[in-house]
Amino acid sequence: MATGVATRRNQYYDSVFLMGVNRRLLDSAGVRQSAVLMGSEANKSLLADLGIEDVQVQHARPNDLVAAVIADSTQAAEAALAQLDDFLAGGQPAGASPNPRTLEEGLRLKPAGNLAVISIPGEYAAAEVEKALTAGLHVFLFSSNVPVEDELRLKRLAGEKGLLLMGPDCGTAILGGVGLGFSNAVRRGPIGVVAAAGTGLQEFTSQVHAAGSGISHAIGTGGRDLSDAIGGLTAVAGLEALDRDAQTRVVAVISKPPGPKALDRLLERIRSTRKPVIGCFLGAGRELVKAKGNLQIASTIDEAVRVSLGEVGRPVEQDELGPGDTEEERVRQEARRWSKTQRYVRGLFAGGTFCYQSQQILREAGLHAHSNAPLEPRLKLGDSNRSEQHTLVDMGSEEYTLARPHPMIDGTLRRQRILQEGGDPETAVLLLDFVLGYNASADPVGALLDGIRQAVQGARAGGRTLTVVASICGTREDPQDLEAQRRLLREAGVCVFQSSARAAAFCASLVNAAGG
Amino acid sequence: METRVDQLLQGTIVVLNVGLRSFAESLERQQAEVIQIDWAPPAGGDKEMMELLDQFL
Repeated sequence: MATGVATRRNQYYDSVFLMGVNRRLLDSAGVRQSAVLMGSEANKSLLADLGIEDVQVQHARPNDLVAAVIADSTQAAEAALAQLDDFLAGGQPAGASPNPRTLEEGLRLKPAGNLAVISIPGEYAAAEVEKALTAGLHVFLFSSNVPVEDELRLKRLAGEKGLLLMGPDCGTAILGGVGLGFSNAVRRGPIGVVAAAGTGLQEFTSQVHAAGSGISHAIGTGGRDLSDAIGGLTAVAGLEALDRDAQTRVVAVISKPPGPKALDRLLERIRSTRKPVIGCFLGAGRELVKAKGNLQIASTIDEAVRVSLGEVGRPVEQDELGPGDTEEERVRQEARRWSKTQRYVRGLFAGGTFCYQSQQILREAGLHAHSNAPLEPRLKLGDSNRSEQHTLVDMGSEEYTLARPHPMIDGTLRRQRILQEGGDPETAVLLLDFVLGYNASADPVGALLDGIRQAVQGARAGGRTLTVVASICGTREDPQDLEAQRRLLREAGVCVFQSSARAAAFCASLVNAAGG
Repeated sequence: METRVDQLLQGTIVVLNVGLRSFAESLERQQAEVIQIDWAPPAGGDKEMMELLDQFL
């Protein structure tokens, strides 16, 4: 084994672009492992974890590109790194005029600019947001790892200026039919959303679209907005804006359970809203908030969709949303062949909301799942990489995404975990989610398919029947081909639902039928 | 009274995209107006230098 390192001074690239470069490096002959990163301290320690400690790496600064490979031989490492500049040039649009480098320059070129979309490393984000707000721009802040004090300060500043600050850690929004970040292609319509839960917003808007209705605006707040530390500043601003918006006839609010003070503030604002509001506080149970006046409570995203559609005069039956798989009966038969050791659901999620909602659905069915993002502290996994009994893992959480791409764009870690769970004789059913839409992987199912097949075959070789259940979040209009993605899963024997809630409920029913 | 948020929701968004280039590409795909800002860490990412610069600017 040989290690090779190359650096490029003052060449800054974004992490998604570098992921593509890394993939090409990894495909080079004789390369076993590779990393292409900017030279931040966090990235340097990641390289050290891989066993790469080179004087060039030590001297690299956040503005310097670092490429490292571990290969079969020194020649292979050198040959791979010799292509680095070609790989870097490959992603740049040829002949494009140089882009502005600061917001100020950008505004000179686009004086009509009204929204800054910011997705730079979290440590630099607050300064950039402040510049944007000061320049009178609304902000969609995708970056995570922004300190909570900065979030509060910036949201207050936004409030003073009458501007909307969505985020930090805001994955999704749809404004006037345009999707920001990870979002799905949905038609415009009468339903507005405020969501502190990114994939929850994607599931809600995709299902509304599938049912023939549409979205006026979907405002993301960032996951921390409804904590007491922030007090729901963006959620309340979003609710007020949707209350005033003529196109919006009903507003859905989707979140994990808010902090008590933030909830009081939100409920007070909902009471003075002139439109029907549907509250979906995942994981809370029905006792947290009671329906009152114009507020209705939904315990799942599916239910929030149904109630919202009813409010705009498009009532739907449960079965019209995310229809069950025609394979359900076959899979029920298959589950009867589980061996004695196979007792547990193992869920591996790209969507944090799906992980959380699935735990709630399992709990309602009497199954208590462990998780790295648990409903109750006592169910927290000691080691996120080791499942215990029923386990649902949020693979988009920080421990899996620090200096690594999110599982919605890169399936590498999830594929490894599928093989691990498939090899565990206690795993009865694997539960997966696939998220389509703008900025998600071009082929999310394809990235995991051979992992799923290997896991199923491996279990079979061990005398076990491994059941795989999945949900797909997305619309027919998304850049990925929804039908083709579904077909790929079905051909691999996976039972596919168009709703994460229904996939989780199906897993619970399989396990309970097998004796819990 | 119409607020700035109302104007955003009723009007057309014009985006300044600071960071992931793929975000700008997906906006272009949706025929939204967007300009890419090629951001890089200020002062080469040197924190002390950034703070010094902030004091002067």
